[in-house]
Amino acid sequence: MTDGKWTLITPELFLKALGETLQMLGVSLVLGSVLGVVIGAVLALTRAGGVLENRPISLGLAVVVNLVRSLPFIILLVAILPFTRLLVGTSIGVWAAIVPLTVMIAPYIGRLVENSLLEVPRGVIEAARSMGASPLQVFWRFMLPEARGSLILAVTIASVGLLDATAMAGTVGAGGIGDLALSYGYQRYDGFAMAITVVTLIVLVQGIQLLGTVVARRYRRR
Amino acid sequence: MVQLSPAPAAEGGIVFEGVSKTFSPDRRSTTTALKDVHLEVPAGSVFGVIGYSGAGKSTLIRLVNGLERPSSGRVLVDGIDMGALRGKNLRAAQKRTGMIFQQFNLLDTVRVRDNVAMPLRLDGVGAEAARARADEVLDFVGLSGKAGSFAGDLSGGQKQRVGIARALVRNPRILLSDEATSALDPTTTAQIIDLLRSINREYGTTVLVVTHEMDVIKDLADRVAVMADGGIVEEGPVLDVFVHPRSPITRDFVTTVVPQGLPPRVVEHLGSEGLWRMLLVDDEVTQPLLSDLITTYGVSVNMLHADMTSIQEHTIGQLIVKVTGPAERVAAARAFLTERVVQLEEVQS
Repeated sequence: MTDGKWTLITPELFLKALGETLQMLGVSLVLGSVLGVVIGAVLALTRAGGVLENRPISLGLAVVVNLVRSLPFIILLVAILPFTRLLVGTSIGVWAAIVPLTVMIAPYIGRLVENSLLEVPRGVIEAARSMGASPLQVFWRFMLPEARGSLILAVTIASVGLLDATAMAGTVGAGGIGDLALSYGYQRYDGFAMAITVVTLIVLVQGIQLLGTVVARRYRRR
Repeated sequence: MVQLSPAPAAEGGIVFEGVSKTFSPDRRSTTTALKDVHLEVPAGSVFGVIGYSGAGKSTLIRLVNGLERPSSGRVLVDGIDMGALRGKNLRAAQKRTGMIFQQFNLLDTVRVRDNVAMPLRLDGVGAEAARARADEVLDFVGLSGKAGSFAGDLSGGQKQRVGIARALVRNPRILLSDEATSALDPTTTAQIIDLLRSINREYGTTVLVVTHEMDVIKDLADRVAVMADGGIVEEGPVLDVFVHPRSPITRDFVTTVVPQGLPPRVVEHLGSEGLWRMLLVDDEVTQPLLSDLITTYGVSVNMLHADMTSIQEHTIGQLIVKVTGPAERVAAARAFLTERVVQLEEVQS
């Protein structure tokens, strides 16, 4: 069991894991959001009836997005190891986890962003076109501001999904809260470690959702 | 003071030359929205297009600012063929017209002032200068107090005023109105009509109005075109169309403003012989027609209905009478009336 001690984990161990989780979450969320907005914008603008209608680009990107999203994260993680090594020079540690996390979350955010942008009323886009706005202006000055609230909610949903995925990052030795739960709580039967990680994850998810909801409400004017 | 400069006389004319438009939402089906439309909108006029939904009027107006491209024929705006323009040239031409919409289509996330300033921001005008100009135009449309509000906090009429201010901010030669009053109550509609009228009078802006409400045409337009099934059914000065509607559809629209007085039951009961409906315009409405009829022609007159409607600076009176008496006197009375009113017809059951 726990060698007579009531738990194996120390505050240091816990804080380190929390730090790793937050680092993975933060960095891949920022990178994934930037890429996701680009992917979502291209999907929304090039689709049939969009201001930059382009069938080959729209179809091609959709295939790539669906392809990445078909892979369970644990498989994606190991499948792109050579790419990860090429990019960050190592296949273990936090940075080695950030690459697959970003690759996983960007197309996901892309789809959410596409949906948010498509929610912008057709009439607003028509008004933009009637005043001679270029496709880039339509996106930047009309669609993006109008979709703001919905985009923040999309990123919130993505963050929770991302937190979920960080639990598997232990596979490449990136640590994190999820890894703590698996290697101490599960493999070494440390009930306390399991409990505290579960509580931490719950608190994190609630916090992210609350923050997202509040910020989105501020930006959504209807 | 607002600096919307008056338009040079020749600017703002729109010509449709044999314009057709078909849509193919998929490979199997096509719908024809417009069929060989010929129409001339004189520069500086207020031109109304009326029709039921699906008549093609929205497509017609969207051709003027290049939101749609004609399938065949040409749409000339100040002599420029809109259908031939692409990319940058098209956008430059679009900036010469302003458009307002039924659903206003304002941005919910920016303030009223920034909504109005938006077209100028697209042109690269700095934020300060664009806002200053926006405030001028908001003042013109009577909304200077709402510059800092969000669209969501405004009433429908106020939103449409913002839409109008946004459409005017670049000082366009042409203002396009796509059912702009259809979502508004009658009082607000009247205010918006007054505003559009004053824009036309003060700045000579051509106003092209698409609507399904004959009241809008009556109060606003100089000329009207009636559309059905993608074609123009009739076209002419508003007063002429009201007094001499030629097609059944036009009659239906005219009836919404000048109701055809009698219930069918009454017509059936009286019989249509000697049952006359007269239209009188302007001074004609003040003639002592009925007493002349009785004293001079010795017929008996049963007065059944009378009303008056004003169409901008004109008055249209409607009179329905049943005239009875010896046939030759009735005929003489009819000849007398035909001389004195603009239109006389037997009421049919």
